[in-house]
Amino acid sequence: MNAPADFHRFPAGEPTNISRRRFLLGSAGVATGALVLGFGIPLGAPRALAQAAPASPDAASRVPAFIEIRPDDTVRFLSPFMEGGQGVFTAMAQIVAEELDIDPSVFVVEAAPAGKVFQVMIGGMRITGGSMSVRLTYDFMRRLGASARAMLIEAAARRLGVAAGTLTTEPGKVIHKASGRSLRYGELASGALDLPVPDASALKLRDPKQFRWIGKPVARLDMHEKSTGKAVYAIDCKVENMLHAAVQHAPRLGMTVGAIRNEDLVKAMKGVHSVHRLDGAVAVLAERWWHAKRAVEALSVDWQEPAADSDGRNMPVDFGSDAFVKSLAATTGDGEEAESEGDFAKAFEEASQTVEATYHSQYLHHAQLEPPSALARFNPDGTLELWMPNQAPEMFQGQIAELTGLDPSQVIINSPLLGGFFGRHFLYPAGNPYPQAIALAKASGRPVKLIWSREEEFLRDPLRPAAAVRFRAGLDAEGMPVAFEAISATEGPGEGIANKRGKGIDESAVEGLTKKAYAIPNRRIAQQFVKTPATLAYWRSVGNSMNDFLYETFLDEVADKGGIDPYGLRLRLLHGNERLTNLLNAVGELSGGWKRGPYTAADGTRRARGIGMASPFGSEAAAIAEVSIREGQVVVHDVWEAIDPGSIVNPAIVEAQVNSAAALGLSQVLMEEAVYEKGEPVARNYDLYQILRPDQMPRVHVKIVESGAKMGGIGEPPLPAVPPAVANAVSALTGQRVRSMPLSRLKFDS
Amino acid sequence: MQLRINGESREVDADGDTPLLWVIRDDLGMTGTKYGCGLAQCGACSVMVDGVITRSCVTPVESVADSAITTIEAIEQDAVGKRVVEAWVKHQVPQCGYCQSGQVMAATALLKENASPSAEDVHAAMVNLCRCGTYNAIEAAMMDLAGIENTAPESEAAGGGEGGLGAGTIAAGVAVAAGAAVAGGALVRRSRKAKAAGQETSPEARPETRNEEEGA
Repeated sequence: MNAPADFHRFPAGEPTNISRRRFLLGSAGVATGALVLGFGIPLGAPRALAQAAPASPDAASRVPAFIEIRPDDTVRFLSPFMEGGQGVFTAMAQIVAEELDIDPSVFVVEAAPAGKVFQVMIGGMRITGGSMSVRLTYDFMRRLGASARAMLIEAAARRLGVAAGTLTTEPGKVIHKASGRSLRYGELASGALDLPVPDASALKLRDPKQFRWIGKPVARLDMHEKSTGKAVYAIDCKVENMLHAAVQHAPRLGMTVGAIRNEDLVKAMKGVHSVHRLDGAVAVLAERWWHAKRAVEALSVDWQEPAADSDGRNMPVDFGSDAFVKSLAATTGDGEEAESEGDFAKAFEEASQTVEATYHSQYLHHAQLEPPSALARFNPDGTLELWMPNQAPEMFQGQIAELTGLDPSQVIINSPLLGGFFGRHFLYPAGNPYPQAIALAKASGRPVKLIWSREEEFLRDPLRPAAAVRFRAGLDAEGMPVAFEAISATEGPGEGIANKRGKGIDESAVEGLTKKAYAIPNRRIAQQFVKTPATLAYWRSVGNSMNDFLYETFLDEVADKGGIDPYGLRLRLLHGNERLTNLLNAVGELSGGWKRGPYTAADGTRRARGIGMASPFGSEAAAIAEVSIREGQVVVHDVWEAIDPGSIVNPAIVEAQVNSAAALGLSQVLMEEAVYEKGEPVARNYDLYQILRPDQMPRVHVKIVESGAKMGGIGEPPLPAVPPAVANAVSALTGQRVRSMPLSRLKFDS
Repeated sequence: MQLRINGESREVDADGDTPLLWVIRDDLGMTGTKYGCGLAQCGACSVMVDGVITRSCVTPVESVADSAITTIEAIEQDAVGKRVVEAWVKHQVPQCGYCQSGQVMAATALLKENASPSAEDVHAAMVNLCRCGTYNAIEAAMMDLAGIENTAPESEAAGGGEGGLGAGTIAAGVAVAAGAAVAGGALVRRSRKAKAAGQETSPEARPETRNEEEGA
C-alpha cells in the first residue's frame, strides 16, 4: 500500500475524505465502515508525472491515508516519521488525538509509506531528523484531528436529527447533552464516509488551556511490544522464498574486486547458494544468514587499488586519524567567514590580555545496536519492494528509481521500526546496504535479505566529522571577553556526503560555534575547509555535537584567564537575555545552587562541577555535571540539565530524551573514538569501540522550562551541552585544561 | 537435533557449531532475540539456558541440545518474566527497544535466581549495552522489582547534604506533568530514584556469562 500513483487525485493541503472512494479501499486492509482521512498534493504539476508512470495493477490497494477511525473505536494512524526510540509515534498520536478528542492509547501507529502526500513538514519535506518531526507538523496534525472530529459530529447530527452546533464530544464519543444521547466514534465512522471534509477556516482548534493530552506524560504506545520482543525491525523482516545475504567489503573504500582465490571451495560450503561480485564487495547468498556470513568471510579476495583517475571518495592507504587530526590543528589561514560581528582584529589587538588555544574533536560511529539491513523483492507486477531502516523514504525511493530505472511509483518503501538511528539511516554513498540487496535480488531472481555484520557496519559506517578549532580571545581590563575568534578546520557532513563543497559554508560544519547567544561584541567564526578521506555523516545533534564542546570548553579557559567564575561569566554574557538567563538560573537551582569546587563529597572523593550551554535545533539547553577521578579516569556522578524547547507535547518523553541524549554525549566525551590506521578502522566491534556502559551512567536530573518561545526540537538538543559540562568539571577538578575528546585518552592525577 | 525451547520440543537441521542465536532467528523464525555484535559484547541476544542468562550469539547450538531454552517470546509465560515486563512498561523503559529483549531476559534470569537481589547484585547482572541510554529507567525498574526502597538523597554529592535535592524537587522538573490526569493509560514515573552512594560497578566486577566461559 505504497505508491504515490493515486495521490494526484486528492486536492492539496487539506484533509480529504478518502473513504468516499470506496473502490480504492476494498483491498487496502482498511476496515469496513472505517472513516479514512488523507491529504493530497496539488492537482497541477504531478499529473504529468502520474501520466508518465504506468498505472500499477494493484494501485487500488494503495491509499494515502493518515488516519482511519475503525468501527471498533481504534484509530490507525500512519506516521510520516519513523519511530526509533524518540517517541514520535506517541507524540503524533497525542497531537491528533487531542483535537480528535479520543484517548491516544487507542491509536495503532505505523510508519507511512513513501509518497508526496506524507511530505507534510513546513516546507513540504519529510525526514525523520533534525529534531523536526513534532515542531514542523504540530499545526498540521492538530488540523487533521480537528477535521475528523468535525466530520464525526456532522455524522452524529444527521444520525440524531439535530443541528451539529448542539453536539459536543467527550473522548471517543459525540454527545447530545440536551437529550443525553451519545454515539461512539466507531459507530459514527461509517456515517461519516460520505461527508465532505469541513473547510479549514471553519475548524475550531482546542484552547491549549483545555488540553487533555498535549503537555501530559502520556504513556508511550510501544512499551509492551518492545518489552516482549514483538517489535519488528528491518532485520526481522522476512518474505516467502527469501535468500539471506552477507557481504565482505573491500578493506578500503574505492578498492575493487580482483580474483577470488577460493571461490569454488566457498561455493561448496554448506548452505551456500551462490557467490557474487559487487561494487567494492563480495557477497554470498544462502538459505541461512549464518551460512552466508561464514562463507563470505572465508572468501579470499585480491582487492585491487582504485584506478588513478577514479573520482570516488577513496580511502588512501596512508590515512591515520591521529595524524589527520594533528594536521587539522596545524592548519593556518583565516578560513571562510561564517559569522562576524564588530571588528575582531581590532578588538583583539587592543585587548588587555589574550588567550589562544587549539581544540579538537574525534571521529565517531553511530553504533546503533541494530546492524543495517535491506530486504529487496521484485514483485510480479514490476514493482520493487524494500524493507529497510531509513529516515527519509522519499529520498531512498528517488535514489532507487535512479539506480534501477524504475519509476518512483514502482519503488515501494517499507519502513520498520529503527533499532536506534542517531543519523545513521540517511542516504550515504557506500553507507547503505540497499544497492547490494537490490543487485543480489536481481541476480538470484529471489527476494534477498542482506544484513551487514557488525564488523562490516563499522567498516562502512560513515563518521561524525572531526574538527580542530583555533580559538583566540581578547579580554578587557575586567577580564570579560570582548573579542572572540574560532576557525574550524573541518569538512562538514553535508559537503562530505556530497563529496564536494556547496555554494556557501556547510552550516552543519560550524553550528554550535555560530549562533551562540553570548554578547561578545567583536567576534569572527570561520571554517577552513579540509577534505577528509573518511566518509562522513550526520550524528545526533550534528555539528553541535562537537562544536558546543569546543566552544564551551574554550569559554571556560577564557573565564579562568580573566579570573571570572565560568557560571558567572555566562550570566554576564547573557545579561538582558531573559530566556537564557532563566535557563541558566534553572539549571543552577536544579543542581542545588551553582558551585564549581573542587570540594570533598560525603564519600571522601574530591569532586568538581562544570557548566555547558547550547542552542541546538530551535531549543535551548544548559547542563551541569559533577565529576571525580578514579584510577586516572573520569567518573561522572550527576548531570543536571535544564531544557527550554519553547513548549512541549509529552514531558515524560522529553525527560527520556534528555537521559538518552545525555548518555550519548557522555559516551562521546568519555570514551568514544573511531580510530583509523593505514586506511582501516582499528575497531570493528564493540570490544574496541567502547560505548557508555550501565555502570558509567550518572544520575540525570531534568528541568523542563516552557518559555512559550517557538517550539524547538527535543531528540538532539539535550546532547551538546553535556560534553563541555563534563570537560569543564574535569578542568576545575584537576587544574588540567581539557582541549579534546575523548577524555579516556587523557590521564588525570587528582 | 532436538531443541527444548519455550516449553516445546523443536527439530532443527543445523550444524552443531551454529550459534544458537541464528538457529532461533532463522531456523525457528523467532526474531525477538536480537543480533547486535556477534561477539558477546552487547547482550542483545541474551536468552536463558536452564535459567542461566546466556549470550546466544556465541553459544554453539550443540552445547544446549540437552537444555531448556527460554527466549523473549515466552517471557510472559513465566511469572517472574511477566512481572519484569510489567515493570518495564510501568517505568517506560524502552526507547528504540532493540536491546530490550536482552535486558528483560537478564532481569528475569537474575530475579528467578534471587528474588531479592541487592543493588550490587542488580548492577552485576544488568550489564547489557543500550545505545539509547535507558540505563536509568532500567535501574528504576530493577529497584522496583527488587523491592529496594531508594531513600538515598538524589545527589549525595550535592556535597554531602549541602544543596542536595530530594526527589520532590526533581519532580518539579516536569512540573507541567505533576498532578496531570492519567492519560492514555499508565502515568510514567517523573523522577528517578537515586542510586545509593557508592554503587558503581567496576568493569572487572561484571559477571562472566556462561558462553564467555566457554570461549566459543
